[in-house]
Amino acid sequence: MAMTATAGRAHADPHHVGSVIEHSGPAPKRIVTAYGFWIFLLSDIVMFSCFFAAYAVLSGQTADGPKGSEIFEQKTVAIETVCLLLSSFTCGMASIAADVRNRLWFYVSMAITCALGLTFLVLEFREFADLIARGYGPSRSAFLTAFFSLVGCHGLHVSAGILWLLTMMAQVYAKGFRADILRRMTCFALFWHALDIVWVAVFSVVYLLGSAP
Amino acid sequence: MLGKLDWSAIPLDQPIPLVAGGVVLVAIFGVLTWVVVKGHLPYLWREWITSVDHKRIGVMYILLASVMLLRGGSDAIMMRIQQAVAYQSPGYLPPEHYNQIFSAHGTIMIFFVAMPFVIGLMNLIVPLQLGVRDVAFPTLNSVGFWLTATGALLVNISLVVGEFARTGWLAFPPLSELSYSPGVGVDYYAWSLQISGIGTLVAGINLVTTVLKLRTKGMNYLRMPMFCWTTLASNLLIVAAFPILTATLAMLLLDRYLGFHFFTNEAGGNVMMFMNLIWAWGHPEVYILVLPAFGIFSEVVSTFSGKALFGYRSMVLATMAICVVSFMVWLHHFFTMGAGPNVNAIFGIASMIIAIPTGVKIYNWLFTMYGGRIRFATPMLWSIGFMVTFIIGGLTGVLLAVPPADFILHNSMFLVAHFHNVIIGGVLFGVFAGFEYWFPKAFGFRLDERWGKAAFWFTFIGFFITFMPLYIVGLLGMTRRMQHYDVAAWRPWMMVAVIGVAVLTIGVICQIVQIVVSVRNREALRDRTGDPWDGRSLEWSTSSPPPVFNFAFNPDVRGEDAYWDMKARAKQQMLDADGPQYRDIEMPRNSPTGFVCAFFATIMGFALIWHIWWMVILGGLGAWATFVVFAWRDHDEYVIPAAEVAAIDRLNLQQRRGLVSTAGEA
Repeated sequence: MAMTATAGRAHADPHHVGSVIEHSGPAPKRIVTAYGFWIFLLSDIVMFSCFFAAYAVLSGQTADGPKGSEIFEQKTVAIETVCLLLSSFTCGMASIAADVRNRLWFYVSMAITCALGLTFLVLEFREFADLIARGYGPSRSAFLTAFFSLVGCHGLHVSAGILWLLTMMAQVYAKGFRADILRRMTCFALFWHALDIVWVAVFSVVYLLGSAP
Repeated sequence: MLGKLDWSAIPLDQPIPLVAGGVVLVAIFGVLTWVVVKGHLPYLWREWITSVDHKRIGVMYILLASVMLLRGGSDAIMMRIQQAVAYQSPGYLPPEHYNQIFSAHGTIMIFFVAMPFVIGLMNLIVPLQLGVRDVAFPTLNSVGFWLTATGALLVNISLVVGEFARTGWLAFPPLSELSYSPGVGVDYYAWSLQISGIGTLVAGINLVTTVLKLRTKGMNYLRMPMFCWTTLASNLLIVAAFPILTATLAMLLLDRYLGFHFFTNEAGGNVMMFMNLIWAWGHPEVYILVLPAFGIFSEVVSTFSGKALFGYRSMVLATMAICVVSFMVWLHHFFTMGAGPNVNAIFGIASMIIAIPTGVKIYNWLFTMYGGRIRFATPMLWSIGFMVTFIIGGLTGVLLAVPPADFILHNSMFLVAHFHNVIIGGVLFGVFAGFEYWFPKAFGFRLDERWGKAAFWFTFIGFFITFMPLYIVGLLGMTRRMQHYDVAAWRPWMMVAVIGVAVLTIGVICQIVQIVVSVRNREALRDRTGDPWDGRSLEWSTSSPPPVFNFAFNPDVRGEDAYWDMKARAKQQMLDADGPQYRDIEMPRNSPTGFVCAFFATIMGFALIWHIWWMVILGGLGAWATFVVFAWRDHDEYVIPAAEVAAIDRLNLQQRRGLVSTAGEA
């Protein structure tokens, strides 16, 4: 293949594509980290969607056990929802505090977020314990299996989130608002808000639709 | 104290697993002793085990896959011999053992051979092709690898402690439920896949982010080498599909451990929901494996034809089309479920549609070869062998996509022949091509061509002798997974198949010999130029093996086939005789996080399988603590001074200057 330098050049871009905007090179770390975490969140939502699908398939399979409308307590769910939505707001406050490097506001907002998350978990735990005590545990029917798994999966995520939240507070305490810690804070905030979105779906699909007699 | 674990878990009455396990243990201890006595342990720990270098991690992935290939291959040999001798007789493998072997064979070949092999190659090559210094999350990369290794370890522990699943490689309920599989086999299966699945997800997130966010200057999307495109598609599928596997196995485990009713026959559980969920992961998984192989063939065919890839943009389009459509065909795995003619028709048509972009790819490769000056080096032989083999497998696939035909062929040996035809002919030939092609890049010397070609021919011919008879017995009505049979008409074909396995085994031996011979002759096979094949993409623009920082300068890309372009211009900055201004380079520091985390994951997985609850908690806390310790680290990077960079780079430039001056006329 006899080839002059010019021909070789032409060969290198035979379709003359990609000559519009030059890519400027690797993105900065902050962008890369948050982007990767977004991808993780999307995969997490795919996992949740499997549990939602299972719930949709099994929600009618009560095996002569209770239906959703017989066991859901709207008051508890309402308080749970308020707790989580408020915690999203305070988590946002914590992000802003971190951005402006205000330690006091950061600790206060994170502490309130944590308290709201814990309240949510306690309420959910009591709901679960009460159902199991009445003999309506996850082994009772396929509907309850799907209910406990879906809501429990979200609860486990909130628990992990609280563990992460406490670790973040300890990290800021020990290391201050270092660049890598701020990147982690961004990820934590994304995680916490995503849990909120998942809860909105849980609330609608499980409790709201399920409360219909 | 030890849950369900006691001495009865060791299969003292079964010689085969005991002897096999014994040999493996002796081998492992032999290697470990040698490593310790020779004083290699600090080197291994520093340079490999704790390494966060994408190249090293890629090599370790490939090593894991190669070792597991031997394990899965041994299972295959045992199955073929069983079916050859078990005509009107029980054969030499008792049913419960035979069932474990075919389950382990499938599980190992997909999760611990094909997956780590393609992920290893992607890890090794993609950052180099993109012209960057590492993947997006180097430490997580190491975590991902070690978690995969944990899964492989657990599967192998099941050989001597307890048992493996007898349920087939996807553990369909209700057979895999506690009432029908009370042993620990399914638990070994599920936990090892859960743990390695997390590793795979981490790798997927990492590579997607790397391709989308970490490209060098000028590396626009439509200038990326095909392998980067297929990597992107494959990893997008990992991110979208593996969570489904995680969720499905979690449901199965909840059924088994806590008495839930997802897939049970009682209390309203729904078995077919498992089929839908597992195949909603399982079908994309097929494309997760084969898309990177398509990328490898694209690179190889273009390089060894001395031409740019024909129809680059149509190739990109075909890749992304497969990526999307692969999520819309899962139901063809169970047409016989009874979803009704309309549903079956839609999924049948969708399955046939996927053959169109695949066909586009085949034609693109053919047209790339057309008019090129083809060099029949070993990677090219694997690629051509692939085209021949894969077309046959693809056509039988289109046949299976026709629901009425599928009703007859469902779960028959025809199906077994089909998927081996595409997985061996597609994925395995692909990773072998990639292995031969990029080995010089990873280690700095070529592989011996004569043994490589012998390996190809034995594998290629052995494949046809083994699997063509399986098509025939499938059409003769033989179902899969038979421990013994009484039909005289099948017998001769099973004998032919076992001969084929012998030929395939010679192919594997040739490949091992090839590596040994090449290591011994490495000085003669040394690649000093960094570009042994006259390559076209950026990985060939750096030395072999590349320095830890890959590139002294982030390459500036001006078009497709970036390195070909540079060679042709031959006055690119990197090759400048005056010597450019070198700068300090910051690289991520090594970290034992991945290894330690996987250590605790192994403990936790083992404890979960055997219901040793205190150990589960211990393992979980250990893994969490590892991450907190990692998060507490103050210095996560180290600096390579400019002088050192300059010394390494100048040596590389000097060695390849001869090549560059002749590249234009080559």
